[in-house]
Amino acid sequence: MSTLVYGFAVLGSLVAAAVGIHGLAGGTWTLVAPGLLPLGGFAIAMDRLGGFFLTLVAAAAAPVSLYAIDYDRGARRGLLAYLAFLGAMALVPLAANAMTFLVAWELMSLASWLLVGREPGTSRPAWAYAVMTHAGFACVLAGMLLLGARAGSLAFADWRAVAPALDGTTRSVVFVLLALGFASKAGAIPLHVWLPLAHPAAPSHVSALMSGVMVKLGVYGLLRAGLEWLVPGPVWWAAAVLLAGVASALVGVLYTLVERDLKRLLAFSTIENVGIVLIGVGAGMVFRAEGLGALAALALVAALYHAANHAAFKALLFLGAGSVLHATGTRSLDACGGLVKRMPWTAAAFLLGSVAIAGLPPLNGFVSEWLTFQALLQNLRLPRPELNLLFAVALAGLALTVGLAAAAFVRAFGITFLALPRSEAAAGAHEAPPLMRAGMVATALGCVALALGVTWIVSGLAAVVEPLAGAAPPLAVQAWGTVDVGQGFAALSMPVVGVALALALAAPLVALRLAGARRDRRTYETWGCGRMLQTARMEYTAASFASPFKRVFDFFYRPDRRVDVRAHAESRFFVEATTYASPTRSIFDDWLYGPVGRAIGQATTVARTIQSGHPNLYLAYILAALVAMLVLG
Amino acid sequence: MTGALGAGILQLAVVAAGAPLLRGLTRTLKARLVGRRGPGPLQPYRDLGKLLGKEAVVSSTTSWIFRVTPYVLAATMLVAALVVPVVVARPPLGFAGNAILLMALFVLGTFFLALAGLDAGSAFGGMGSSREVAVAALAEPTVILAIFALAMRAGTIDLGGVVERLGDEPALALSPGHLMAFAAFFIVMLAETGRLPVDNPATHLELTMIHEAMVLEYSGRYLALVEWASAMKLFLFLSLLANLFLPWGVPSATTPAALGLGAVVLAGKLLVLAAALALIETTVAKLRLFRVPELLAGSFVLALLSVTTVFLLR
Repeated sequence: MSTLVYGFAVLGSLVAAAVGIHGLAGGTWTLVAPGLLPLGGFAIAMDRLGGFFLTLVAAAAAPVSLYAIDYDRGARRGLLAYLAFLGAMALVPLAANAMTFLVAWELMSLASWLLVGREPGTSRPAWAYAVMTHAGFACVLAGMLLLGARAGSLAFADWRAVAPALDGTTRSVVFVLLALGFASKAGAIPLHVWLPLAHPAAPSHVSALMSGVMVKLGVYGLLRAGLEWLVPGPVWWAAAVLLAGVASALVGVLYTLVERDLKRLLAFSTIENVGIVLIGVGAGMVFRAEGLGALAALALVAALYHAANHAAFKALLFLGAGSVLHATGTRSLDACGGLVKRMPWTAAAFLLGSVAIAGLPPLNGFVSEWLTFQALLQNLRLPRPELNLLFAVALAGLALTVGLAAAAFVRAFGITFLALPRSEAAAGAHEAPPLMRAGMVATALGCVALALGVTWIVSGLAAVVEPLAGAAPPLAVQAWGTVDVGQGFAALSMPVVGVALALALAAPLVALRLAGARRDRRTYETWGCGRMLQTARMEYTAASFASPFKRVFDFFYRPDRRVDVRAHAESRFFVEATTYASPTRSIFDDWLYGPVGRAIGQATTVARTIQSGHPNLYLAYILAALVAMLVLG
Repeated sequence: MTGALGAGILQLAVVAAGAPLLRGLTRTLKARLVGRRGPGPLQPYRDLGKLLGKEAVVSSTTSWIFRVTPYVLAATMLVAALVVPVVVARPPLGFAGNAILLMALFVLGTFFLALAGLDAGSAFGGMGSSREVAVAALAEPTVILAIFALAMRAGTIDLGGVVERLGDEPALALSPGHLMAFAAFFIVMLAETGRLPVDNPATHLELTMIHEAMVLEYSGRYLALVEWASAMKLFLFLSLLANLFLPWGVPSATTPAALGLGAVVLAGKLLVLAAALALIETTVAKLRLFRVPELLAGSFVLALLSVTTVFLLR
């Protein structure tokens, strides 16, 4: 049964990808079924932006579903929810009126909530997810109803025409409501708390889709709201989005660096990458608000490119984490180790994903981060010193993020896959079954294609963002697969870089041969200062690798250091056991969600006094409410 | 086309063959400054030759990543040698990327070297890896802001373009913003290439070293490649500093005469920078590891000031 469902999902995704590519290439169509839904009916429409996001959803869903055939073999629960989840995600970017959008949005949330809560022991993450996602939904609903009421229509096409006539306060209220709702889905700081709880709790293939694709639909909503429905907006909206992006990128990567659960680590890294996408979106909105349409288009191309890249490598990494979980039964970095020899395919795929997500050439993460840097550097064409300073901060923040991300993925790959296994489970690990490998290989190829196909991709994305930015980006494709930015400001040729690296890899081999180097190799044990035995307990662990970062950023992590040494009763020099713990404390839990949660708790305690449970009392309430309404009406 | 090809081959040859010499020269100068005779400047070539003649011993714990890393490291430096303006302002692969590509290439090498450090399962390697990536990550914002400051003055981020623009208007290179960017970049160079006061290239005391701890397991031809690559990294960083901040005499043309002149001028500038490096290394002590972030924060502030002066002075 599960094979049938996932196989069907693969086929459906391929069809949806074809439809999406058709829309991306410029095909437009609408489909209206008035009777299907109240308040405006069911209506979907295809445009380039919708086509891009549909392609993103479908192209990620196909290899992930293929992987799930082997990963989730024999599953009985959650199959229908999986199909509903995919369908809803495909519907969201096509929705043409508020009703259709809200229904698809809520269906997406409910289906993913069912999947998050599928495994035993996931009731807390599922609960947190339900609360946050519905708070976000309430914001989106309020924003859309307010805008719809003022515009006199719930069709998206009408909003754009009406928006400029609305007064500034209404527009700002609507934007803030929509932005809060969409940013909470995207996992932006400080609305991210559900993400590292919910994404790892879901089965790995669902995690891949939630992290790789679903959060991007939050970005999609933000793009529609900020650059289509409510244009022109004041520059402070844009600056807020840009700052939220920088904060998300930095906070996300800092938590990625110290996390010791592989899937949670990947979830935190999703916050980081959404931050990078939001930096592009925010920069684009700033340029748009300042009337620099071409630069806005450049920033938006970078943002969408990074969204696509993140979908590819985050899906790959979650599938890799799923294979590790499948083989060892653990998600703890410290319980793994040595998997590169036991799971060579998974290790190679995970390494490729790590290089890509660290933003290193010749893979795709580098291309979109390079474009984001170029877009930010273009602020020198902006004659506003305070905005220039904002961009300088964004540049520095992005640079620190990229550097820390490389460190975080050295740690994630190195501790999980290299050295000696740290547990029985890791020592007995086995390679993933064929279809799981196929899913990983497909997403890995996607990462390579997104890097080498840069010239086609930027041309396609330029057409997608043109209606949003109002101008074409200053991008030109030149000889040797070179993409030129800003008429000679900067250029990049990924095919040349890739070929040069490949040739340069062979050069030392030839050089060594010419220099007459010895070619034999002896295998011996690791050097240990004369120590006799090398065991896994002597290896660097996830915690020790992160220790320099904990010290450097201690104002952020606020680590507690607890060392308990239990000595023998006879003498304190004979140590029986030592325990060491260095937990970090979350700023957001301590300073934001803790107080808010306690306040809500107190408010509900007060409200409980009117809930006695007697039917007569409730009838009295109804009567009182009725009388009050009649009197007031 | 043939000119560009010639320039490319010359740059590769200069970097690949000159890197050990620069390293040896720095060591000799350092020895003389502290009153020792020290080895001659050609010693690194003898070291490399000796390593090539030795059998490689590889830990049984390691995987293919350990064996591939020296090649990846050398490859990133060779590609970088075609991106950096060394003897000519417009290097052959200058069109394919720019300063951000260059930094990413260096990080790619560090990424693999840090993985190799973890691969043998020894605590020393892990310690070196963790420290190396920490220093590299903290240096990153300074690099970007220093590049940004230069790009804003030159109107391009293309390294060759910056060098040519500064060559046309050398007064720019003496502006306060430019000098601050130079200071910031110099500190980053010390950190990225593992020099004092961040790391001590001469130490073999396990608990204090960074780079050397990471490569502790390497031997034979693998070690030779790693050493060669780190010498090239120093050479490339110093060439970049020389051409971006002392932008005189970098030829734009690729005729043999111009290239020859470029090589001679480069040699002079590198000698000055190597002497400065040796002087710094003999006068400062190594910082405690957890003071290094403060040094890098200082360089970051310098770079930020450099950017701000551009906004204020335009």
